[in-house]
Amino acid sequence: MAEKIRIVHYLNQFFAQIGGEEKADIGPGFKEGPIGPGRALQQALTGNGEVVATLFCGDNYFAEHAKEATAELLRQMIRYTPHLLIAGPAFESGRYGVACGAICKAAQERLGIYAVAGMDQENAGAGLYCKNVYIINSGDSIVRMIPTLQRLVAVGIKLLQGTPLGRPEEEGYIPRGIKRNVFTAKPPAERAVDMLLTKIRGEPFKSEIAAPQFHHIKPASALRDLSSAVIALVTDGGLVPEGNPERMEPGRPTRFTTIPVEGMDRLDPKQFDVVHSGYDTAFANQDPHRIVPLDIMRELEQQGVIGKLHESIHATGGAHAAVENATRIGQSIAERLKSAGVNGVILTST
Amino acid sequence: MIPVAKEVGSVRAMGSGGIVSPTGNPDLPPEKEKDFRRELVLRALKILQEDVRE
Repeated sequence: MAEKIRIVHYLNQFFAQIGGEEKADIGPGFKEGPIGPGRALQQALTGNGEVVATLFCGDNYFAEHAKEATAELLRQMIRYTPHLLIAGPAFESGRYGVACGAICKAAQERLGIYAVAGMDQENAGAGLYCKNVYIINSGDSIVRMIPTLQRLVAVGIKLLQGTPLGRPEEEGYIPRGIKRNVFTAKPPAERAVDMLLTKIRGEPFKSEIAAPQFHHIKPASALRDLSSAVIALVTDGGLVPEGNPERMEPGRPTRFTTIPVEGMDRLDPKQFDVVHSGYDTAFANQDPHRIVPLDIMRELEQQGVIGKLHESIHATGGAHAAVENATRIGQSIAERLKSAGVNGVILTST
Repeated sequence: MIPVAKEVGSVRAMGSGGIVSPTGNPDLPPEKEKDFRRELVLRALKILQEDVRE
């Protein structure tokens, strides 16, 4: 690149040498040239570019006025006509990390400026923005400042030049959840056997597929008084009203149905369908109580065994659900039930 | 499917009537099937009233 790369660097109030927590509520500001870590960034550029300006903002100010702060920072940024925005690294600082992600995303989308951020992979900003922004995993310690800045420069220059980036672990960025087809010399069977042999030899090996990570869930405490409790029925067996008016998918679900059952003593097979590509739905279609025990719950309600049966059944189809979608569906259902004062749930799974 | 439920963090899980009829059993006559379902539901309600460890 004949022209020197013009870089704007984003920092929080601390790294911009304004002050610590007591200055965390300062609004957006800027200064020409590099500040603090920006000097190391300038060195990492090895003459290929120049840190033309440093933008900064207090962590609390950004967290509380994200929209205004972003708009103001972009307004200042554009005056320097940068080719590239580098934000951070923010390490384990959550507010700073979120600000770095937000400003990079906004610069890319609204100004068409290439952007790279740096932060620890556990930083809240990484979870929020790793799909939209290349985020270099800095680790949680400032000890990694220099190598992180070098990675930021390397990835930034590749983005600018249109050079395809390598895999996350090669380039040091946090995986963006993108799968690419690649050609390999060995077919999957041979690679699997190689991996097994490596494992048997006790040598380190790496799976080609990242196993999904399940977050730890704290169990609810026991129901103390069933006779006053509101109990809801939820199923992943694909129960929908006849004709499936909400168009719930039979597989790979992205949504759930809400079926009002107030005053209903039984589920009439004529009024319901079962939409699910993962099991033979013939028995459930014959009698929906085989997947959702509404009849029994209504009896127990009338007998006073439970306080009340919740007014709606929530259902989704559990076949081949992506963990991400299933989590979102589960959380949405749980939020609804919680705000409706439900105390317990029976979830039937097919 | 209990191992799957446990794997994803469900701590209150119990066996059921099977994949195609978790709260039923198509081989039973209707009244018996309903009794079977009642037992399952009562067991589920009992589990909700128990403290569980993570």
